[in-house]
Amino acid sequence: MLEFQNVTFRYPEDKEPILENLSFQVKDGDFASIIGSSGCGKSTIFRLINGLEKPQQGQILVNGEPIEKQRRYTAFMPQKDLLFPWCTIEKNLTLPMELQKIPKEEQKKQCTAVLEQIGMTEYRNKYPRELSGGMKQRVAFARTLLAGGSLLLLDEPFSALDFLTRVEMQEWILEQWSYWNKTILFITHDVEEAIFLSNIIFTIQECPFSTMKAVNVPLQYPRNREDLRKSDITQLKETLIRQLRKKEML
Amino acid sequence: MKKQIPAMVVALSILAVWQFIAMGMDAAYILPSPIQIVQKIWECKKVLLTVHLPATAVITGIGLLISVVLGLALAILMDSNAMIERGLYPVIIASQTIPTTAIAPLFVLWFGYSIWSKVLVTVLITFFPVVIAVFDGFKATKREMEELLLTYGATKRDIFIRLKIPTALPAFFSAIKMAIPLSLIGAAIGEWLGAQEGLGYYSKRMMTQLDGAGVFAPVVILSLLAMVSVMCISFIENKVINWRREL
Ligand SMILES: Nc1ncnc2c1ncn2[C@@H]1O[C@H](COP(=O)(O)OP(=O)(O)O)[C@@H](O)[C@H]1O
Ligand SMILES: [Mg+2]
Repeated sequence: MLEFQNVTFRYPEDKEPILENLSFQVKDGDFASIIGSSGCGKSTIFRLINGLEKPQQGQILVNGEPIEKQRRYTAFMPQKDLLFPWCTIEKNLTLPMELQKIPKEEQKKQCTAVLEQIGMTEYRNKYPRELSGGMKQRVAFARTLLAGGSLLLLDEPFSALDFLTRVEMQEWILEQWSYWNKTILFITHDVEEAIFLSNIIFTIQECPFSTMKAVNVPLQYPRNREDLRKSDITQLKETLIRQLRKKEML
Repeated sequence: MKKQIPAMVVALSILAVWQFIAMGMDAAYILPSPIQIVQKIWECKKVLLTVHLPATAVITGIGLLISVVLGLALAILMDSNAMIERGLYPVIIASQTIPTTAIAPLFVLWFGYSIWSKVLVTVLITFFPVVIAVFDGFKATKREMEELLLTYGATKRDIFIRLKIPTALPAFFSAIKMAIPLSLIGAAIGEWLGAQEGLGYYSKRMMTQLDGAGVFAPVVILSLLAMVSVMCISFIENKVINWRREL
């Protein structure tokens, strides 16, 4: 379980903190989404979790222990510039394992397994420029898996994709999530995407923010696109949109 | 090949016009015709290619090597330490406005007529462009990629090898391709100042003898040398940077 306890964070060049006294929890096995308008600090939450920034106050805990003590608890998939253009798909996938000095045979084995699972075995020796946008995201996700954490941090992974590819990728990511048994924390600004994917949604309603409103999504897995048309779901969608817009009007 | 036809037509037209004017003037000591220059190269091919070309090539090669090695080292140093960067980078940029070749005669005072005075001119002309190009190449590293590597537990060294070098590689090759003609200019200037051999020296000697074709002949060979070298580097570049190739 990941837990933020009264976390306050301010970028050194800013006057005001961007997060103030923020507390929230993500349970193991959750598919949790964070929605909020751009620039309000969603990616900053990830930077705190993956250690790129340190909170000035408060604690980030993993199963009750400080996150710094946990080796490889999280794996991070950034918003852009995901794959290294000078590496083949295989090299891109093994990169995190190489840095962790995992033996070569083990790297190969895991790489083969993951390529098979995402159905991209024949792309092993191709370069990223030879892949479509959706395939690149699959590879980037696979690399995040191979980095070895149990909490995956995905920062707007599908926002640059065209509509149909995005729909396809949403279904794909749910399959992957249940296959690999991971916990996912997913940033998006698309309310419908958040509802379709997650069992719990955090909304950011003010800037700087100290609370995120947590909403459970009353749907079972596996998800079905038809479910999005149910009346309680459309209502939930309206509520979330209203909450997000309130912030914008301020 | 088809794409190059317009350029070839232009080049041939210039040569034709040149030939026409030179024949009209009929004063080879002022303006030799292209054909006369080719004839001159053919007549003197032995001494040009076995004595003067190697002499200039050695100076250029040593000068380039020193520039590239020192330039890389300095670029890496500046990239690794912000204080060094802030101290050196503005000075290097400013030094580009100094006409360094104007102080070249000083090197003859220091090193006499040995090859080192000429090598130094070459280094002086090529060193700073190489440093700036390579350093800017390092700076082109994407921060998101660097941070991603950090989240994988990468060290500074990992980041340098896996990210900075591949990022700077295209800039590095451009720098070398730019430095080759510059270094030949440097070598030729060095040879004008004082030498017993070399294409620059030969050109200057022919000038004192009012041999127009003789002035041009080594210049043509210098240009060919530059072109061939740049082509070799391009070939290597395409082999090394294979990820940029379009489908
Ligand atoms: N590395 C950084 N250094 C300084 N300021 C940053 C950095 N990253 C983001 N910010 C600032 O923090 C604010 C929130 O950014 P971010 O967390 O990326 O928002 P979001 O992901 O919700 O769009 C923005 O105003 C941005 O300018
Ligand atoms: Mg963001």
